[in-house]
Amino acid sequence: MSNQPFTHLDVLESESIHIMREVAAECKNPALLFSGGKDSIVMLRLAEKAFRPARFPFPLVHIDTEHNFPEVIACRDKLASDLGERLIVRSLDGSIKKGTIVLKNADQGRNAFQSVTLLETIAEFGFDACIGGARRDEEKARAKERIFSFRDEFGQWDPKNQRPELWDTYNTRVHAGENIRVFPISNWTEMDIWEYIAREKLYIPDIYYAHEREVIRRDNGILPVSHLVQPRPGETVEKMMVRFRTVGDMTCTCPVESHARNAQEIIEETAITRITERGATRMDDQTSEASMELRKKEGYF
Amino acid sequence: MSNTTQLLRFITAGSVDDGKSTLIGRLLHDSKSIFEDQLSAITKTSERRGGMGAVDLSLLTDGLQAEREQGITIDVAYRYFATPKRKFIIGDTPGHEQYTRNMVTAASTANLAIILIDARKGVLTQTRRHTFIASLVGVPHIVLAVNKMDMVGYSEETFDTICADYRAFAAQLGLHEITFIPMSALNGDMVVERGENLNWYQGSPLLELLENVVIDHDINTTDFRYPVQWVCRPQTQEYHDFRGYMGRIESGEIAAGDEITILPSGRTTKVKEIVTYDGNLQRAYAPQSVTLTLTDEIDISRGDMFVKSAAMPHASKEFEAMLCWLSESPLDLSRKYIIKHTTRVVKCLFARLEYRVDVNTLEQHSSATLNMNDIARVAMKVQQPLVFDSYIKNRFTGSFIVIDEATNNTVAAGMII
Repeated sequence: MSNQPFTHLDVLESESIHIMREVAAECKNPALLFSGGKDSIVMLRLAEKAFRPARFPFPLVHIDTEHNFPEVIACRDKLASDLGERLIVRSLDGSIKKGTIVLKNADQGRNAFQSVTLLETIAEFGFDACIGGARRDEEKARAKERIFSFRDEFGQWDPKNQRPELWDTYNTRVHAGENIRVFPISNWTEMDIWEYIAREKLYIPDIYYAHEREVIRRDNGILPVSHLVQPRPGETVEKMMVRFRTVGDMTCTCPVESHARNAQEIIEETAITRITERGATRMDDQTSEASMELRKKEGYF
Repeated sequence: MSNTTQLLRFITAGSVDDGKSTLIGRLLHDSKSIFEDQLSAITKTSERRGGMGAVDLSLLTDGLQAEREQGITIDVAYRYFATPKRKFIIGDTPGHEQYTRNMVTAASTANLAIILIDARKGVLTQTRRHTFIASLVGVPHIVLAVNKMDMVGYSEETFDTICADYRAFAAQLGLHEITFIPMSALNGDMVVERGENLNWYQGSPLLELLENVVIDHDINTTDFRYPVQWVCRPQTQEYHDFRGYMGRIESGEIAAGDEITILPSGRTTKVKEIVTYDGNLQRAYAPQSVTLTLTDEIDISRGDMFVKSAAMPHASKEFEAMLCWLSESPLDLSRKYIIKHTTRVVKCLFARLEYRVDVNTLEQHSSATLNMNDIARVAMKVQQPLVFDSYIKNRFTGSFIVIDEATNNTVAAGMII
């Protein structure tokens, strides 16, 4: 270490690679959850660093809400195909048709329902480990979750009864029917992600960069107009320079005003921003102080 | 942030009443790492709970519903903040007696421990307990934060008395490199800013210390240790004969051409290439994750360890260790358990329970079993030999976890003597 100054990104990258290799070596049938969002694109690069020149020892899996931005889906398909890796897509519409998801109205936010389709997909393929791109800085409940997060056969997270996690010695063991969620970028922050995207010159959906978009103001937020979100009486459509800090369900993902047109300019904006990533962009997390915790207990990512 | 920012992991240990959450809140707040929506959420909660105007910074770290309801911290929470010099990961551990295991957990990856004392109360039983755990887990740097100095009139004499008491106790544990800082987390004195009230103190405020403490030698830089995680055989046309051994350098360094010994077989060979996604390297250092190819074809699998022949670790089926029992089910001496040590998983049994340490008095007692939060010296036997160093010499190759095969729970953490 004496001759070589390792940066925080080098240390985080090596930790994430180590975690992914542990999953590959110790889990029988893992999968990498991949949405086409920036965190999961970072995960793909980390998987390349972990396993090349071989192929990934797991398929990519996307649980599609069908409420995604088309740019994100296009990016998802392009990256999977460029890498030559297998992509499995399971749609919430499949669960809705089966009747395992019942919506109150067709256009309501679908984030919370992803758990149902995820658990069905885990059962369909018999995955014993799902690698996800969640970060502990995103949300208070995540801050307390282990890197290897054990779920029972109902996919439930029990925050009061987590396995102790010491050093870098991970307990990956599960019984049949149980699974673990693994979060290799637990210790990364939003800033680290952007610095890594800039350093690695990663291709991400262009809606992360500033662009002009039609929006409406609703419930203290800015919502993008789309086929799912149309102005209600009294609301006016405005054109605004915006970018997305997260790219989830179109009905509840808000962009922020921005003129940052590349990763470096986003790093500069992130350095001075005064609102958290989810606070600025996710309406569904603001419903109660514990909404993420409640969703996770039900099998959410 | 510059391109050379380092990462420092630290923990805070203290009871609810020592102002631990307030200290973390103060660090985050004064280093401008708290966001407006977080501040507005805790302001709302402070008001709802009948707070008297001042925002309760401790609410920032209370993550789970049960904690917010009960007003306590029940598990390890990780917080992140950065200054232009360093990025920080805080492992926030609760101070209640029943949660000793959480402190062991958070301390296991920490470069530094901040042990909090209430200036009015001085060195308490729990201070001794936290210090003992920090020394047991080998946290390289210890900071004693004497908090609530505002409640003792910022008295230098009180501070000096507490430091002397603590030094005497810490010396028994062999701890000498300790930094003492008087502070008031509530008022912000000596946390990020110096403040006006502690002018007699010549040292740095806490954040300045966290930014500057030298951590380059926290990892063993001399003994090359490389547990094989995964064997890479692409079996593609381009990489037809490629056979790479993937892993992370846990300590020391390696160069192409170096001779290595493969343990436990004892075969020797040379490193042909150090392969990474970003191109081959001439030399690599801990904690890099790399892929090594070798000059000879040798049967190697996960769980084997590469070392340099000049500095060999131990390889044995028997060893002694300090153990922290983490599980609610007590140790059953008649049962076999599983050990995970580096990348090797083996069956084990507990040959002898030498003694249990009373974490409050450091006295040694004989014991028939171990319960949650107990710390003990044990003699262990494993089914296949482990390749290890003493924990004091090497945190990565000297540590292991114990897993109960019936429940798959992690039931103990061990440090090899």
